[in-house]
Amino acid sequence: MISLTSPVEIWAHRLPAWLKLAALSLATVCLFAIESPAVLALAVAAVAGLFLTGGRVFLAEGFRNLRILWTFLVLIAVWHGVTGQIEAGMAIALRLLAAVALANFVTMTTRLGDMIDVVSFLLTPLRRLGLSTRALELAIALVIRFTPSIARKGALLTQSWRARSPRRPGWQIVMPMAALAIDDAEHVAEALRARGGLE
Amino acid sequence: MERNIALIALFAALVAALGLVPKLTLGFGVPITAQTLGIMLCGTVLGARRGALAVLLLLALVALGLPLLAGGRGGLGVFAGPTVGFLVGWPVAAFVTGLIVERWRSAPLALVAGVASIIGGVVVLYAFGAVGMAVILGKTIPQSALLVTAFIPGDIAKAVLAGLVTAALAKSRPSSVLSRL
Repeated sequence: MISLTSPVEIWAHRLPAWLKLAALSLATVCLFAIESPAVLALAVAAVAGLFLTGGRVFLAEGFRNLRILWTFLVLIAVWHGVTGQIEAGMAIALRLLAAVALANFVTMTTRLGDMIDVVSFLLTPLRRLGLSTRALELAIALVIRFTPSIARKGALLTQSWRARSPRRPGWQIVMPMAALAIDDAEHVAEALRARGGLE
Repeated sequence: MERNIALIALFAALVAALGLVPKLTLGFGVPITAQTLGIMLCGTVLGARRGALAVLLLLALVALGLPLLAGGRGGLGVFAGPTVGFLVGWPVAAFVTGLIVERWRSAPLALVAGVASIIGGVVVLYAFGAVGMAVILGKTIPQSALLVTAFIPGDIAKAVLAGLVTAALAKSRPSSVLSRL
């Protein structure tokens, strides 16, 4: 399974994941507290600077990850252009851009394994209390293992639909996909029990 | 125990896979992402608690940096974006949907699951979505509710489909529809 970590290794990949996550939380709280468009523009420039240190390929990848935002930025521009509250609109747009880009930066420079280590550390108190976190670890592994497999089965169902019908495949694919997911789940459960279960 | 974990994990994977499948089209040619349909199914099939856990598991993996949302989106950025309200609302939507299916047993399952999906997957979910958008985009709640209304008809159609799919699953895999056991 492909993660969103950037294949372009930059300096931030080498920072500890907890440090990046803590800095991100702090920065996001600050961004939402700032009201002045000028300060927010500085924040956007700083985030852009972070991406620039990664080089051209990294920067381009960062831009691609922001594509969902453009609709909203246009929407804000039109809305505030019409109502005339230009300054408020600038602040909202800049804050949104900085917050999302910074969060993406952390995701792009942190490996999945490092993220899981942080989660596992945060769950230590639960283990101290005697609760098992094995169920969660197993569930995470199962999702990563089965998402591509179920997606592939969905693609096969789509193909066989196309072979049989001139019409485009529609929602009819969803029911067999869900049934196949249930079958997989029952097999996995049986296999887990056969190997001694979770206890 | 093992069975619950396997079903929760596989439904999380199903929702993710529904976002990866090339766009499905409704009868009149409107492309939809089936992911919200998946959220509704988590509730109608797994029930309130397990359905919500499946959705939470999916969101945890998205936060860890896996591109499991429709269109290959994911990572921490989606939790800072304007649609964060919908993501926060997902587990609640699955919970409410599941709770209604678990409690209301006097009508046919297709109808119950459809109505439950409208209440959980549309009413509750859009309440969260509108509040989230209001906060991030600095609008009032009625204003942001106006922005999302365009998507409501599509999601009502998905809720009806969720009802039909749930009824079909109850026929073909009766022992796995945990919300009605």
